[in-house]
Amino acid sequence: MPVKRAARGPLAILGERVIEAAVYLCGISSIVFVFGIFFFVFKEGAPLLAKLNIFEFLTSTQWIPTSSVKPQYGAGALIVGTLSVTILAMVIAVPFGLGAAIFVSEFCTGKVKETLKIVIELLAAIPSVVWGFIGLTVMSPVIIAVFHVPVGVNLFNGALLLALMSVPIMVSIGEDALKAVPDSYREAAVALGATRWQMIYRVLIPAAKNGLLAAVLLGVGRAIGETMAVLMATGHAVNIPHSIFDPVRTLTATIAAELGETSQGSPHYQVLYLIGVLLFSITFVVNLTADMIVKGIKRK
Amino acid sequence: MFTETAFIRKKRRNELMAKCFFGFMAAAMVIPLFLIVGHIVIQGWPALSWEFLTENPRSGGAKGGIWAAIVGTIYIVFFSLAISAPIGVLAAVYLNEYARESWFTRVVNLAVINLAGVPSIVHGLFGVAAFVYFANFNDAKKSIIAAALTLAVMTLPVIITSTKEALAAVPRQFREACWNVGATRWQTIWRIVLPNSISGILTGVILQVSRTAGETAPVMLTGVATYKMLDSTGLFLYNPIKDQCMALSMHLYYIATQAINIPKATPYAIATVLIGVVLIVNAAAITFRVYLRSRKKW
Repeated sequence: MPVKRAARGPLAILGERVIEAAVYLCGISSIVFVFGIFFFVFKEGAPLLAKLNIFEFLTSTQWIPTSSVKPQYGAGALIVGTLSVTILAMVIAVPFGLGAAIFVSEFCTGKVKETLKIVIELLAAIPSVVWGFIGLTVMSPVIIAVFHVPVGVNLFNGALLLALMSVPIMVSIGEDALKAVPDSYREAAVALGATRWQMIYRVLIPAAKNGLLAAVLLGVGRAIGETMAVLMATGHAVNIPHSIFDPVRTLTATIAAELGETSQGSPHYQVLYLIGVLLFSITFVVNLTADMIVKGIKRK
Repeated sequence: MFTETAFIRKKRRNELMAKCFFGFMAAAMVIPLFLIVGHIVIQGWPALSWEFLTENPRSGGAKGGIWAAIVGTIYIVFFSLAISAPIGVLAAVYLNEYARESWFTRVVNLAVINLAGVPSIVHGLFGVAAFVYFANFNDAKKSIIAAALTLAVMTLPVIITSTKEALAAVPRQFREACWNVGATRWQTIWRIVLPNSISGILTGVILQVSRTAGETAPVMLTGVATYKMLDSTGLFLYNPIKDQCMALSMHLYYIATQAINIPKATPYAIATVLIGVVLIVNAAAITFRVYLRSRKKW
């Protein structure tokens, strides 16, 4: 019996065309949004560029945006704040994050590995405002008691939280990088009589160093962009820190705390958008670099 | 015959030390989590009750419960995922099923990665400029829809990435078999690829529920009020276009840092609810994933 194929009417063909057009539009939506974000954030901040001395904006530590006499928009202290919190967070997070990645990838198998990965996933899922609350109510008294400092919400507190928050991404990307090292490398090292330490330091880390670097960079990107935790836990004082127990204020926290009080088009509003442009650019470069490193490994 | 020499013993001890060292590194990250979460739940437990969950806040949050904040969070999560999930899934379909290897596809993929890396506060700035002022849903004031759109843009890249993974896990032979019986590309996707990957796609979307529920900085700029007097309870407290709402995450921030005369346990109770939401959502996603992996057909 000949099989009769149902003819597809013009409506069905048209419908499919429409759907495929929608798929295409959604496909390119990310490009639209990335440009949209840059465009809108830049557009709101741009009018101030003509009036603002860029050098002063980046280096002056005078952040007095609400002064009625002479408002000053020096983001220097905020930039130092962001950098110092991020760097201290990475000093804590990198050894622990990569150490945990090595543990998960090299020492764990089966159920233990699965469980550990799930717990680390949960660590990543805790909302940043909860981390901030933890910094405010749990860490702060502990820091005061342990280090005998007058204020518990400070650079160290924020960095500790950021470290805990950026570890999960380091572990997951770092573990991928270690998994990508062929087993023959490990077997060769063991066959030569290397201990686990020697194998890790001399074989695994050099072989996976690009992937581990990407893991660290993604952690850095996360730490720079984090807002609520640092807003609540770093003390929020415009200040160049002299010790790790000084309060600081970051770029992100400044936007979160001050944007609500500004009116659209005011210089204060515009300068906050310029800070946004700065943040966007920094994280763009960091993420792009991380991606290029990861892609480089895949190609190899 | 094999005997345990001093050398071998030393080597074994060395092994154990390495394992302990790296195990300590991992434990140092995981144990504080349990201690802190345990501490928060213990402190917040006394304040948690059915009334706390189902009553509206009164006296600036000092009395009453958190119902209005729960409903606000549900609104924001629902609308943002209702927008980002279809767009994200279709975008992933484009990237995985239609796009060919080219510089343009590479640019799209780069855009996805960078969109995922944009700090949440910059998303907030974008939301204020694009949805509050430019789209102007609510006379240049914050609104639920502006917050939902902002979060939709934020979750989009994550949904694209997880969906792409789910689609890529469907074996190529499935598609080829379908094409060979004369199906078009879209018929193949609709009848074969999506049904076989729907579980993975849903897991990715479910995980975004907890992320959007916890997000604070972008929504406080675009649609969430610190405190809102409401007379009634129920699910239809807000008008999504014209109203601002309360949200759990913002409520925790407000209660913990700005509100006055707050009972000590209240912020802990809110944090417990937030952590509970995250744990339940993630546990659901993980169970879902394990269950589906066990009945995979290929």
